[in-house]
Amino acid sequence: MKKNFAQLSSACFIGAAALALAACGGQNAGSSDGGSGLSGEVTTDGSSTVAPLTEAAADMYREVEPGVNVSVSTSGTGGGFKSFCAGETDISNASRPISKEEIADCESNGVEYTEIVAANDGLSVIVNPENDWATNLTVEQLQKIWAPESEGKITNWNQVDPSFPDEELTLFGAGTDSGTFDYFTEAINGEEGAIRTDYSPSEDDNITIQGVSGAKGAVGFLGLSYVEENEGAIKATSVDDVTPSTETVQDGSYTPLGRELFIYVNNSSYSEDEAAKSFVDFYVENSTDVADRALFVPLTEDQVTTARDELASLG
Amino acid sequence: MKADNRTSESDIRPLKLGGNAERAPRPLIFLGLLWLSLLVAFSVLVTLLVTILVEGLPVLSSDLVTEYPSSRPEEAGARPAILGSVWVIITTAVLTLPLGIAAAVHLEEFADKHNWLNRLIELNVQNLAAVPSIIYGLLALGFLAMLQVDNKNIVIGGALALSLLILPVVIMATREGLRAVPREIRDASLALGATPWQTVWRQVLPASVPSIATGSILALSRALGEAAPLLVLGALVYITFDPNGLLSGYTTLPIQIFNWTGRPQEGFHQLAAATSVLLLIVLLLMNALAIYIRNAYQKRW
Repeated sequence: MKKNFAQLSSACFIGAAALALAACGGQNAGSSDGGSGLSGEVTTDGSSTVAPLTEAAADMYREVEPGVNVSVSTSGTGGGFKSFCAGETDISNASRPISKEEIADCESNGVEYTEIVAANDGLSVIVNPENDWATNLTVEQLQKIWAPESEGKITNWNQVDPSFPDEELTLFGAGTDSGTFDYFTEAINGEEGAIRTDYSPSEDDNITIQGVSGAKGAVGFLGLSYVEENEGAIKATSVDDVTPSTETVQDGSYTPLGRELFIYVNNSSYSEDEAAKSFVDFYVENSTDVADRALFVPLTEDQVTTARDELASLG
Repeated sequence: MKADNRTSESDIRPLKLGGNAERAPRPLIFLGLLWLSLLVAFSVLVTLLVTILVEGLPVLSSDLVTEYPSSRPEEAGARPAILGSVWVIITTAVLTLPLGIAAAVHLEEFADKHNWLNRLIELNVQNLAAVPSIIYGLLALGFLAMLQVDNKNIVIGGALALSLLILPVVIMATREGLRAVPREIRDASLALGATPWQTVWRQVLPASVPSIATGSILALSRALGEAAPLLVLGALVYITFDPNGLLSGYTTLPIQIFNWTGRPQEGFHQLAAATSVLLLIVLLLMNALAIYIRNAYQKRW
């Protein structure tokens, strides 16, 4: 009898614990309705620049297939490839093509993949509309303006180029939290995060626009889509004689501030996992809406066709 | 019984520093310094609360609880993070409480306190309580890697890390509770013929339930606010589904806050503030529950 009480008590405790878990399971039971009833998990990891794009795709996809769980981690492009090549994720988000070491890593683990261009990314350098001298800036000039070494030294336009007037240089740009910052510093200063610190950083691109529109000698950088929305308040300079626009970014002539963003799809996930296949197909078919939503430059017709063909060959 | 209470309360009357009896400058300076320290601690708290309330209240709505995260701040909510926190904390409780309480009962009631091994274990438990939480995350990560688990962002993984984190706290709180039960209760029980096991199970444990519950709730509320060990396990993830099992992907409230704070758009910063308000409310409720249990059930011997 005495023993029974102890056993009963411990059984009760375990039972209560199990009930608590079961109760929690219950409240989620109704979540997989709608769509074609497809269910499953799609795991993605990688670049924090591409993450907003895949997140936008996941948002839109959820409205179509609520039963499929898409998760988007952000370990960076390199970190993403690490788990992708270990076969841990279905899709890797990348802001650059896969490197040789990463290819070797994937091969040694028997992971086959397909590279898909998911969107185009463009940054523009903006100046005040009254600025009539800097209609074109070379990459060297941009480096001179933004390099960490220029901090406190390059403070006037005539130091950037002798032909420029004597006008104070004031700098605005994205803060460290944004993908724009990572991309700009890498493309112009050659190293992610390398930039002079005596500029006004803001995570809000509208503040950059206000700043540049308020000072004649101001210069700043931000995503291409913001320039089109704010024409008049600011103007974009061409870089190495190429005017930034959706077209020049799409055709690849606007370098180094225009680039392609990739998703890498695990082939066996695509061909064997219906949820993964359906999500990737949705991503490519709706790439224009996805890019618009995440404020990137959409794919061209050709790029979409290429992506479709790549996927079709996987079956 | 009433008279008893009165004496015990009069015992803990404040010292009345700076009262009529003390007009000398030194005590007054000391009193001033005490007030200053209190003010610093208090103003930090107030600043924090006011900041997040001002930023977060405008977007604190039912959408925050019912909506999934979104790439558009005005549509985003923290539903998966809330459910993720619930899943992880319940799993943590299930893993930790039986183990922690059993360990404490052994150490306090059965183990020979002069044995060097037991003293070493005791010392270690105290040390473990001071280990930085991220270390437990790494430990859990290593353990999952050893088991060849591919996707480490799973509820059971996070719960494992948090269990390791709060286990020492639960053990110590339980031991305090057991220690507060007077020796006479045990002696009386044993004298009436109960075995040591019956004594513990029927007398000592029930008597210390209030302090065990209080300690456990406080430990769990600490786990609820933790982000570091879960970050190591890859819980920083954009999830648009409800976690639905021990092997399901998840994210928790502190990590959702961290995620939103790191985004460029102002709208996400407001959401982060609103989620902080939510987390604070939950934590305050848990602490209030702990205080209530302590006051309502505590026995005075």
